[in-house]
Amino acid sequence: MAYSTLHQLADKLDSGDTTAAALAQAFLDRANAHNGDLNAFVELDAESILAQAEASDAHRQAHGARPLEGLPIAIKDIFCTSHGRTQCCSNILRDFHAPYDAHVITRLREAGAILFGKTNMDEFAMGSSNETSAFGPCRNPWDRERIPGGSSGGSAAAVAAALAPAALGTDTGGSIRQPAALNGIVGLKPTYGRVSRRGIIAFASSLDQAGPMTRDVCDAALLASIMSGHDAADATSVANAPAVNWLTSCLRRDLTGIRIGRPKEYFVAGMDAEVRARVEEALSTCAELGAEIIDISLPHTEYAVAAYYVIAPSEASANLSRYDGVRFGHRCDNPDDLLDMYTRSRDEGFGIEVKRRILTGIFALSSGYYDAYYKKAQQVRTLIRQDFAEAFAKVDLIATPTSPVTAVKLGENRDDPITMYLSDIYTIAVNLAGLPGLSQPCGLANGLPVGLQWIAPAWREDQLLGAAAAYEAATAWHQQRPAAFDDANQGGVA
Amino acid sequence: MNIDVNKVASLARIRLTDAESAELGPQLSNILSYIDKLQQVDTAGVDATAHPHDAAMPLRPDVVTNANRREALLSNAPNIDSGLFVVPKVIE
Repeated sequence: MAYSTLHQLADKLDSGDTTAAALAQAFLDRANAHNGDLNAFVELDAESILAQAEASDAHRQAHGARPLEGLPIAIKDIFCTSHGRTQCCSNILRDFHAPYDAHVITRLREAGAILFGKTNMDEFAMGSSNETSAFGPCRNPWDRERIPGGSSGGSAAAVAAALAPAALGTDTGGSIRQPAALNGIVGLKPTYGRVSRRGIIAFASSLDQAGPMTRDVCDAALLASIMSGHDAADATSVANAPAVNWLTSCLRRDLTGIRIGRPKEYFVAGMDAEVRARVEEALSTCAELGAEIIDISLPHTEYAVAAYYVIAPSEASANLSRYDGVRFGHRCDNPDDLLDMYTRSRDEGFGIEVKRRILTGIFALSSGYYDAYYKKAQQVRTLIRQDFAEAFAKVDLIATPTSPVTAVKLGENRDDPITMYLSDIYTIAVNLAGLPGLSQPCGLANGLPVGLQWIAPAWREDQLLGAAAAYEAATAWHQQRPAAFDDANQGGVA
Repeated sequence: MNIDVNKVASLARIRLTDAESAELGPQLSNILSYIDKLQQVDTAGVDATAHPHDAAMPLRPDVVTNANRREALLSNAPNIDSGLFVVPKVIE
């Protein structure tokens, strides 16, 4: 059953119905058969995967099972892994071998997980379509002429097509939630500071957060429980973060007494009518489950994208200054002098979207413009945080669409950066405010998946998971599969 | 707004080809026009947010935590010699 959850696979491993080695081989067979169609994986080292699986089976025999024992997890190409290449889907990091594991990767290894390949992504996570990858676009399993979303598009497509049961993503402005929505899976962005950023290649350090991309809510909770926790080596990882009972949060089956905010600014002209209908239906289901739906306002919503496209590029321009051709990464041939080496290496190594963002950031930070752009954006960021704080005085959770549209065709937004930037309109404010957010499937619009986004106060992932689990139990949308990959009768995974 | 894209690119230490300058110049102007929307917001007296949480930066004891990893850290360098990174001559 390729479309098993992590929990179902763990049960099969625990009961002896299968082994980690058999499971790894079965997913490798699927990935090898379908990756040519999707380009979801940019690295898939069968030898390493099978060796990890055999070691996991031996560990289970000798010491019993750890929380993720033998479960294959696909890894976005942004996480440093000491084995194999970490390239951030950029030519400037082509053939880079990280000297250490990201903190999250260490936690996965210690929990017994099998690191199952590196997934495709927008270059340096800059994009909402996976089309900026230096290794070519990933495709959406629901319709291969369409984007999988981004930046964690490869992770989302791999899970949706059951080439892996779960994956890791990162989310700076929606990069977990938007591709999860467009592929019909669950994606969780934890509260900023919940998960260590050490060893995750930096894009915008005050916004970046890693999280799980899974087949159901309970699997997201399981992975998040392992990924979370303080890391002394990341100064922005919060030491005394309020604890969450990850798995018990997912036991909620009714929403009695839960107040759900419906922000009027998120249900406006410009969104696909079918998407809107699915989200309204989801809210009706929540009301039937006992929730009170309350109209709220987040008045600075319309400025979130503009603030984000100052703050994220500014931070990116600083973070990406390290790619200078000296210590690692691409260096141009035969540089005339040091400046020629820097400027030519960076021109050759970075793709056009990364250059666009670096230039935007450099401009916003440059002398004479800093106050008008960067400082102003940071002040608007404060107002956006205050909007949420005021809303959460009245409601427990906020529910919105994850994306205003379903997956667009490849190339549709390629020449129009602003249209692509606006596609993240519902997800960006969550990152600016550092809040947790979750996207889950809530139906199809014209045959393509639609995502329902939940937003909670900081550190209240339990509220997100509880509401999402109750909704999931009352509906069957998370069991929808892209027809082209649902080959249950071909044998497939154990 | 009219942006001198080559000046911005030189601050970013990126040498743009002529084709890239022609593409990125107008796009950068469009992006900045969109961002100018921020000027509509009254932010008088509003503090700037640099980080989502107000937690103070933690301090750690000033002790060595890493083993010597010189070989591993040099292994990705484009050009090394005697344990050093080699770059084009800087001083004549």
